[in-house]
This record gives sequence, structure tokens and C-alpha cells, in this order.
Amino acid sequence: MSSIPFDKGNELPSEHYLNATYGIRSWLLTTDHKRIALLYLASVTFFFFIGGAFATMIRIHLLTPNGYLVTPETYNKLFTMHGVAMIFFFLIPSIPAVLGNFLIPLMIGAKDLAFPKINLLSWYIYLVGGAFVLYSFSTGGLDTGWTFYTPLSSVYSNSAVTPAVIGIFINGFSSILTGLNFIVTIHTMRAPGMTWFRLPLFVWAHYATSIIFVLGTPVIAITLLLAGLERMFHLGFFNPVLGGDPILFQHLFWFYSHPAVYIMILPAMGVVSEIIPTFARKPIFGYTFIAGSSIAIAVIGFFVWAHHMFLTGESAYAALTFSLLSYLVAIPSAVKVFNWTSTLYKGSISYDTPMLYALGFIGLFLIGGLTGLFLACLGLDIHIHDTYFVVAHFHYIMVGGAVMGYVGGLHFWWPKITGKLYPEMMARVAAVTLFVGFNLTFFPQFILGYLGMPRRYHSYPPEFQVLNVMSTAGASILALGYLLPMIYLIWSMRYGRVAGRNPWPATGLEWQTDSPPLTENFDVTPEVTWEPYDYYNRPDLGLEIKGGPQLTPAHGDD
Amino acid sequence: MFAPRSAAVPNKERIRTVQSQLPLYPEQASNFAPNVDALMVYITAVCVFFALAITAAIVLFFFLYHRKKPDDIGAVIHGDSRLEALWLVIPAVLALTMFAGGAVVYVDFRRAPLDTLDIYVVGKQWMWKSQQPNGLKEINELHVPVGRNVKLIMASEDVIHNFSVPAFRTKMDVVPGHYNTMWFRPTKTGRYHFFCSQYCGTNHAIMGGWVTVMEPSDYAAWLSGSSGENANPVVAGEKLFADKACNTCHLPDGKGRGPSLNGFYGAKVLLADGSTVAADDAYIHESLLAPNAKIVAGYQPQVMPSFQGQLTEEQILSLTAYIKSLQSQPVPPTGAGIAPTGKK
Repeated sequence: MSSIPFDKGNELPSEHYLNATYGIRSWLLTTDHKRIALLYLASVTFFFFIGGAFATMIRIHLLTPNGYLVTPETYNKLFTMHGVAMIFFFLIPSIPAVLGNFLIPLMIGAKDLAFPKINLLSWYIYLVGGAFVLYSFSTGGLDTGWTFYTPLSSVYSNSAVTPAVIGIFINGFSSILTGLNFIVTIHTMRAPGMTWFRLPLFVWAHYATSIIFVLGTPVIAITLLLAGLERMFHLGFFNPVLGGDPILFQHLFWFYSHPAVYIMILPAMGVVSEIIPTFARKPIFGYTFIAGSSIAIAVIGFFVWAHHMFLTGESAYAALTFSLLSYLVAIPSAVKVFNWTSTLYKGSISYDTPMLYALGFIGLFLIGGLTGLFLACLGLDIHIHDTYFVVAHFHYIMVGGAVMGYVGGLHFWWPKITGKLYPEMMARVAAVTLFVGFNLTFFPQFILGYLGMPRRYHSYPPEFQVLNVMSTAGASILALGYLLPMIYLIWSMRYGRVAGRNPWPATGLEWQTDSPPLTENFDVTPEVTWEPYDYYNRPDLGLEIKGGPQLTPAHGDD
Repeated sequence: MFAPRSAAVPNKERIRTVQSQLPLYPEQASNFAPNVDALMVYITAVCVFFALAITAAIVLFFFLYHRKKPDDIGAVIHGDSRLEALWLVIPAVLALTMFAGGAVVYVDFRRAPLDTLDIYVVGKQWMWKSQQPNGLKEINELHVPVGRNVKLIMASEDVIHNFSVPAFRTKMDVVPGHYNTMWFRPTKTGRYHFFCSQYCGTNHAIMGGWVTVMEPSDYAAWLSGSSGENANPVVAGEKLFADKACNTCHLPDGKGRGPSLNGFYGAKVLLADGSTVAADDAYIHESLLAPNAKIVAGYQPQVMPSFQGQLTEEQILSLTAYIKSLQSQPVPPTGAGIAPTGKK
């Protein structure tokens, strides 16, 4: 059955942001948030494939206990560069800089972000930071682990640490400026009638993310710079031989890098909060609780960092405090899952690809989030800390959660971004492939971890081999799941069916304008007279409303 | 010991062989193992319940409310405050039980009993050295008696390492510039893997070895059988104390340029700034490498040189053992700097 209810034989609008101007200059000097989003799309995809290539080599290497492919030095570089490329140059910018950049002005009825030129500057800063890191990768590589723990990174490593930390330092300013841009835009550029509690939850999630960008990123930037200074000029910040303290580095590093996990997952939660009401065709359950939990996660997320350090010898009182706070941050996450699930109740649910990704996200985020409860448990963390249990846990959050959200979001808004529809059947196959491949890759790693296999091992005792082979087999399926969308999405840009303004249909403002939109986004500034995700009072969507339109209160709960 | 794979092997044995190839948890060989595994079982049970409940709800709703006609919409339901309150409170209560269970085990793990057998462990890229109380040294091996509380006092020569024994369910970072301790009571004889769990550079993956848990009598025999070839740390420390000319200033009567070290270890020491510090391994370590950090009251700063880079961690451990051995000698009456009431 066709899941697209109204195939009206749409035509592309005659003028839109993609054909408004031509030539390489019109792209490299653009200040249009939609074009900048596409520039980011190309660059983060590039880093995703670099990181993915490293991951592939890691999994092939671990097929045999003694290592199948590379030397220990190379293996250590592979997992380090995999982490750095994926975290700093793919996961952190992916949803905010691509989907957030494209959608926030459209969703709030604005012509662009508040500072269009700064938005372009963010992308160039990202490129310069990325160039430094690629320089590090290609001249000696990087073998410190993405965590850059001192004094290994600042004294003992023989790899190209200095250009890498400079690159990440520079890249930090890209995040800070993007966050600033989003905050100012959301505060000042909402269309008439777009009140705070009519904002799409995607925008709320990005508001929360931006707070972390602005408050957290300066800390990682300065921390890595200090490690670089210690390495270059032997200034004693973290090296005990020079009077420093290596534990200080971990405090500073995790003060950003734990909230950074929420930078990755909050926008994905925002995507899911858009997809689920659209394909269940009903208002989201507990709007204020989902919006509020995003802010709660961003705020509490700043007070849990030392749960990465339970076994550094930190004070037992500190460990108790941080364990308790870590359990607190689980609660707003649980609230979101319960609300998404309840949204399905009495919905009109379809199997469209974005919905498959959203449901897959819930499943994988559920496992990722619940296994966080194991790690927050002080007594249990003694055993599973720094094992494959942790590796599996954060991949469930970052790949199962954030990447599923990102790919699902790309599918959901692809018709808006390109004006074209992707082949639906193929996309469903890819979504299921990703889900199955992901679980087969990472679930065995939970067991490996509990059995005691430490992370970052280029060789391992033979008793761990069976589970490692399962994991590698899963990774090959997972890789296929990523290549498929890559191929058919590019194919659809040229050959896909024309989507029309609102193919699903969805209720957000971004669906009220052309696909692809005009450079100025809207012909006239829209005025918002409806509540979010309200299908009942929206005769303009052309759906069958039983009993005719009538006004209902915005949220039953407030 | 291992049954040959032949038709004579009973079915039960075969099943056990299959299970041992795909185990779900490592052997339980210390006092912590049953407690940690109990936490694992409890949290797994709660999580599996919630995961199944939510998955079941999603699957159920998916089939019950599957879109019947292409232009159908769903019911208008905006939320329910009672439900929200319920699923705020229930997870919070369950989370608190997990926190409490974990806290009990962790506090036990961090607070070593007083009657421990103390073994020094030094991590360096990429090997582990350990030293038994009688001075016997081992590399990438650790022998301990079953049923005895064992405390590892751990230092690092270079980067951060982590001493991890999955069968004991214990691990602890080994941090340069810090002493970290870790205790356990082996409950089962046998040989168990230990690993370095904190990434430490090129050969991180092979920086491991075996813990051998022995019957106390076997352990005693093993200790006496091989102790001759190794210097007692107290003797080595005494020699260092003279070689490095420590004894020229740290006179036993406290009248030298440095405080007396008789009865020093374990005492509460009054410092020049009026505060007190416990003279433990960490304080001795710091005073050797950064002598001006905490000056004992009544003595001048900038007198003692730093031994940073001149002493290995193992030598520092020997010196500490020697200073510890001075415990039995009487505190001189004029023992300047040692707070009179704080003795042990």
C-alpha cells in the first residue's frame, strides 16, 4: 500500500533556494542557512565515512585473538582516529548543524538564522579545525584515545597530538557560534503567534543543546589547549613530574565531554519527537514534559561528569554524589520514552521509513539508556568500568540513538530539503538492516564486557573470540545499512518523485512552504494560529476529521 | 583433568563444555564477586522488565492502531498529569534502590579492613611489578593466599594504568603522582587473568598477567622458597636512606635539618602553616618529590632537594617501607614537629 496519501502529481516550484543562484561562489559565500546546512551535510558525511572506514578496520582486526590486520601501534591509532572523527566532526555537528541549521528558521517562521554570516563562519571554522585533524591523521596519526588522557597525551605519546588538539580547539568555536546563533534566533525571530509552547519539540531540543554548546565547549577547548601547551612547552598542568595532576585533566575533560553526549542525543530526541506525532497523526503526549525534560537533561547533565572517574581514586563522597546525580539524569530520559510510547496510543500509525527509524531509535535508546543505570551503579561500575560493556553502552546511545535519529530525520525532511521522495521500499529495507546489524554488532559487547574484556585492546585472550566474531559479522550488516541510504538518497535527488509541500502530511510550519523552500523561506511571514501537532483543527492538511473542526485546549495537562 | 572428547563422555559433561565456551559471567573468586553479581542480576531484572513492557506496548499499539484508511487521523489526547507523576516517581524510586545497593558495595571496596596483607604494585609501560611484604618481586604475576584480606598499594612510573581482575570484580586506576589502593579477599584458589584496563599506549593490550590464589600453606612455602634472591624492601630502603644522604639531615633525635623519621609513619604531623597531615605513603611520596609542598612545623623550607627523576617508584616504595619500619623505635622526647596526641 502507498503510505503517501495524496500523490497529486506535484511539480517542483519554479524558484527555490537550490536554483536561486548558480556557481561555486554562490555556495561558498552563501549566507542562506539551508545552503550552509547542505555544506555541513557534505562535510559531516565525509568525516562519517572516514570514521566508518576506521571502524571497519577495527572490527576486521578483532576477528582473531592475536589481531588479524594491523600492528598494535596502528590499531591504537585506528580507534583513536575513529573516535575523534566520529565524535568531534560527525556526531556533535550532525543533527544541529545539518538539520537544525536547515529547519530552525523554517520551523519558527523566520527568514534565516539571526546571524547568517556567523553561520557561514561556523562552517569555515569547522573546516579549518577538520583540516588540522586530518593533518594529524595523515602525518603520524593519533594514538592517545579520543579522551586524550594525560600524561599519555601530553608527554608519552609519539603521535601527532599537537595538530589534533589544535584542530579540536578551533572546531570548538564552530560549536559555540552555532549554539549562540540558535539561542538568539529562537529568542528573537519567532513568527507572530509562535509562542514558546507552540515551538516544535525539535526546537526545544536544539535550545537545550545550544545551552551546552555555549557553556560546555569553551571548557574542552581550553583543556585540550592546556594539554597541548604541556606537550609543546613543558608547562606543568597535568604531568605530576612538573607538579601537575593528571586527574585534573579528567575533571576538565569530562566537564564538557559528558554533556557532549547530550549534545549528540538531545537533537535526536527532538527528531523523534517530530516524527512520532506525524506518523501517529495525533498530538504528542505530554508536550510540556518532553520540552521540560530536554532542559532538565541539559542542566543536570552538567553535574554528572565525575561518574567517569569512580576508579581514579577520587573521594568516595564525590563518587556517591556523582552516582546519585547520574541516576537523576536518567529520569527525564525515561519520561521522554514513556511519552513517545503513549503518543502511539489510539493513533493512526503508519509504517513509513521515518517512523521505522523513530521506533528503532526508541528501542536502541532504551537499551543504551538502561545500561547507563548499570554504569551509574557504583558497586557494579567497579567491574564493568573501561570494559566492552562501556563501549556497547555508548554506541547504543551515540550510534543507536543519535545516528538513528539523524538518518531518520534526513529521511523525514529529505522531501523538504530536496523536493524529492526517496524509494520507500528500499528505505524500509535499509532501516531494518541498520537495526538488525546494529544489535548484532553491539549486543555481544555487553557480554564481552561483563566477562571482563577491557576496551582498546588490539589482542585478547582466546575465550573472547566467539563474541568478537559475532560483533564483526554484525558490523558488516551495519555497514550495508549505511551504504544503502547513501546510494538511494543521492539517486533520489535526480530521479525521485516530486514530493510536494507536505507529503506526510505534518503540522509544522516548515511544511507550509514550498519543497524545496524559497531562499527567503516564506512568501509572506506566516502567522501561527494552531497548537503544535494538532491534526484535529487543521482542515488545511486535507485529512478526514471526524465531527468537524473544533477548538481543543492546547495541552490537557497544563 | 579435562574429559577427553569421546562417546564415553556423558551428556551432562558435554553440555557443561558448551556452556563454558559461552559463559555469561566470569568466575566468582573474591568476596566482592557475589555482591557485584547480585547488583547485576537486580538491575538486569528491573531493566528487562521495563524494556519488555515498553517494547510490548509499542508492538501492541502498532498493530492495534495501524492506519486503516490513508486519511485517518488519531485521537486527540494531549497528556495526563497523573501518568506523568507516576512515571516520574516510580523510576526515581527504583533508581534510588540501585544507587543504594551500589553505594554499599563501593564503600566496602574503598574502605580496606585493617588486617590486610599489603602488596606493592608498580605499573609501567607495559608491565606490572609487584612486591610481597618479604621483598619477593614478581613481574606480571601476583601470588596471594586464599581467604586473607589483601591490599594492593599501587603506583605508576609513567602514565595512568588500571589494575583489573575480572574474577575478583575489582579494578582501580594506577595514577602517576598518586597512591591508589585496592583490596579484596580471594575466596577460591586458581589462576585468574588480570588486565590493564586504562589505555596506556602501544602495548596496553598485553600489559596483563595472572593472579595465582593459593592455599595459605602453599603461599607460605612459595614465599620462603624464593625469597632469598630478592632484597627485603626495608633493607633496600635503609641502604637508599644512606646512599641518598637522607640520614645526614633526618637525625633520629630530631635535631638535624629535617624532622626525625622515628615513629613518623602513621603519625599526625603538624605543618608550618598550622594544619596537620597524616604521614602516610602519599605524604612520604610527595615529600620526596616536592619537599616544599608541606613543611613540618619548626623546620625550614628550601632545604631538602627534590628527588624527582632520581628515585623510581620502586625505590620510593622501599624508602617508605624503611620509614615504616622505624615505627618500633621510641619517639625522641624532643621529637619536634610530631603532634603529641596524634600517634596512630
